[in-house]
Amino acid sequence: MGALTPILTRSWDRADSFTLDAYTDRGGYRALRTALGMDPDAIVTAVKDSGLRGRGGAGFPTGMKWGFIPQGDTKPHYLVVNADESEPGTCKDVPLMMADPHLLIEGSIITAYAIRSHVAFIYVRGEVLHVVRRLQQAVAEAYEAGYLGANILDSGFDLELVVHCGAGAYICGEETALLDSLEGYRGQPRLKPPFPAIAGLYGGPTVINNVESIASVPSIIENGADWFAGMGTEKSKGFGIFSLSGHVTRPGQYEAPLGITLRELLDMAGDVRAGHELKFWTPGGSSTPLLTSEHLDVPLDFESVSAAGSLLGTRALQIFDETTCVIRAVLRWSEFYAHESCGKCTPCREGTYWYKLMLARLEKGNGTEEDLDTLLDLSDNIMGRSFCALGDGATAPVTSSIQHFRDEYIQHFTSGGCPFDPAASTLWAG
Amino acid sequence: MAFEPDVAERLERDAKEIIARYPRPRSALLPLLHLVQAEEGHVSKDGVDFCATQLGITPAQVEGVVTFYTMYKQRPVGEYHVGVCINTLCAVMGGDQIWAELSEYLGGDQSEPTPDGKVSIERIECNAACDYAPVMTVNWEFFDNMTPEKARRLVDDLRAGKTVAPTRGADSVCGWRQASRILAGFPDGRANEGVQAGPESLCGLRLADERGWTAPEAGR
Ligand SMILES: Cc1cc2nc3c(=O)[nH]c(=O)nc-3n(C[C@H](O)[C@H](O)[C@H](O)COP(=O)(O)O)c2cc1C
Ligand code: SF4
Ligand code: FES
Repeated sequence: MGALTPILTRSWDRADSFTLDAYTDRGGYRALRTALGMDPDAIVTAVKDSGLRGRGGAGFPTGMKWGFIPQGDTKPHYLVVNADESEPGTCKDVPLMMADPHLLIEGSIITAYAIRSHVAFIYVRGEVLHVVRRLQQAVAEAYEAGYLGANILDSGFDLELVVHCGAGAYICGEETALLDSLEGYRGQPRLKPPFPAIAGLYGGPTVINNVESIASVPSIIENGADWFAGMGTEKSKGFGIFSLSGHVTRPGQYEAPLGITLRELLDMAGDVRAGHELKFWTPGGSSTPLLTSEHLDVPLDFESVSAAGSLLGTRALQIFDETTCVIRAVLRWSEFYAHESCGKCTPCREGTYWYKLMLARLEKGNGTEEDLDTLLDLSDNIMGRSFCALGDGATAPVTSSIQHFRDEYIQHFTSGGCPFDPAASTLWAG
Repeated sequence: MAFEPDVAERLERDAKEIIARYPRPRSALLPLLHLVQAEEGHVSKDGVDFCATQLGITPAQVEGVVTFYTMYKQRPVGEYHVGVCINTLCAVMGGDQIWAELSEYLGGDQSEPTPDGKVSIERIECNAACDYAPVMTVNWEFFDNMTPEKARRLVDDLRAGKTVAPTRGADSVCGWRQASRILAGFPDGRANEGVQAGPESLCGLRLADERGWTAPEAGR
């Protein structure tokens, strides 16, 4: 086994990788045939045994989630694939769907069969037109070939799969807001419990999984749970796509077993851009607390990143070098959260608004050390008191930046402004 | 004022097709709004009324949804709607400078299309392409690794009616209305155009191949 393990990304270098022909040429839809010959419960068990945990950020065990779906009930079950990919820094599902939509479709069919669902949706963000085209075409090809529709491959199993485009709202990636959106409403989170597995889409038992989670399913059926569990760490098994962006020599997608470190990944990506050094990074998107060069050797698995004070999230490794003003970065993320807050609960709606105002003032150097305490206080009032995880996520950049870069905040106040030159951070500054 | 009878008739046929995809009609609202946006370039009062009628809900209920989602435009945008990603990663990598220079270059009010109706610009949030930062979009197609200079040339070409090819997308950008129609669920048959992946997407795979790294063999 290598340091990188291309599985989901394996076919991306073939020019026609997104076509049905290319997919079946390399053994695509073979796992589906195997799955349709299995008892649905045996598929749930295999996914449980594999140790696969959700790749959409929270890391909930996928097989366990499927196991919560009531069986022998009379309500229709639904599968909803979360293809909303909007967490800042996250950029793995979009290239996956562009290069290999059939992998997602095959995973969706197997999953639907396992949870006894006959209607499934791919909820894809609307701002990625060519991905939408590729998904639409792949779904049409799959119907044509008898992988979707009535009596799939003569198994007696029926499945309708609908590609549904969102319309621009980060909160619709939150699973219950996504359901409201898919039902044709404003995307606002629902109170949990009941969890979607009990009362989800149209009140029916519903599984919602991330694109990468679902795309991992065919390989588990094909190669076995042990094969999957043989990669990764004890509690974070398998592989995942690590997305490097920002101030690195070769930003891009690197698929590796969970537990790889940033030091190893940077080594593969040609390090931080020449002549510069790492200042801070996000392990899994903007909602995961910032880490620094002290954390280069933290294994990127769920447990180790939590122990280091952050979260693995979506493995969206945004790399910032010493030219970057941390307050500028945090202000911009705060503006994002304020813009995307759905407005349902006060701590998040008001809190992100105050973040935005305060950080704008601090960036200009018009602040005091007391303001930092106010910011931390405010964060305490958002964290754990918000209706959904968007509010919690909004606090991550603020509190972690104050923790690691208090001096830099103070430097802004004492020098009466921002000491950084944004031009030095750009792609063309080199 | 409502849609002309022939337009209404055509849209009703499309609307029926959309509604039929879903177990419950109301789920069709987002695609229906993309559909009326494809007809008029934005979601007008007529468009709202049309969606309400199709679904048997009130125009106020439709309005509530329209205002929640940023992709629905309540005022006309250009034939080519240009996005500049200004979320943190892209902003730092140069998105802020691109936005500043581009908005100055185009002049006028940034919330209005250029006088020729060709181009409008918008600050967009992370578009799931951070490894290609700074990122821009035209009618939701990707323009990767942008610079202020490339951004100016892009809008010049769009305004001059030249063929403009996204970095990862169809061979040429389509118009705003056409793009909206695809989002409503009516494909344009162009999925085979363009690359399957950009170079950044292939970084890890290329390196693994170079070094002979592979996934383990199945052992059963
Ligand atoms: C504000 C917010 C945005 C989210 N956005 C996404 C997203 O774009 N894609 C995704 O898969 N999960 C997203 N999630 C996580 C989902 O709520 C959910 O946990 C996930 O889709 C479950 O799939 P998984 O178990 O396969 O990871 C988001 C959560 C929050 C709170
Ligand atoms: S935390 Fe924010 S996004 Fe979540 S429900 Fe409250 S206001 Fe809406
Ligand atoms: S920050 Fe611009 S694409 Fe992600």
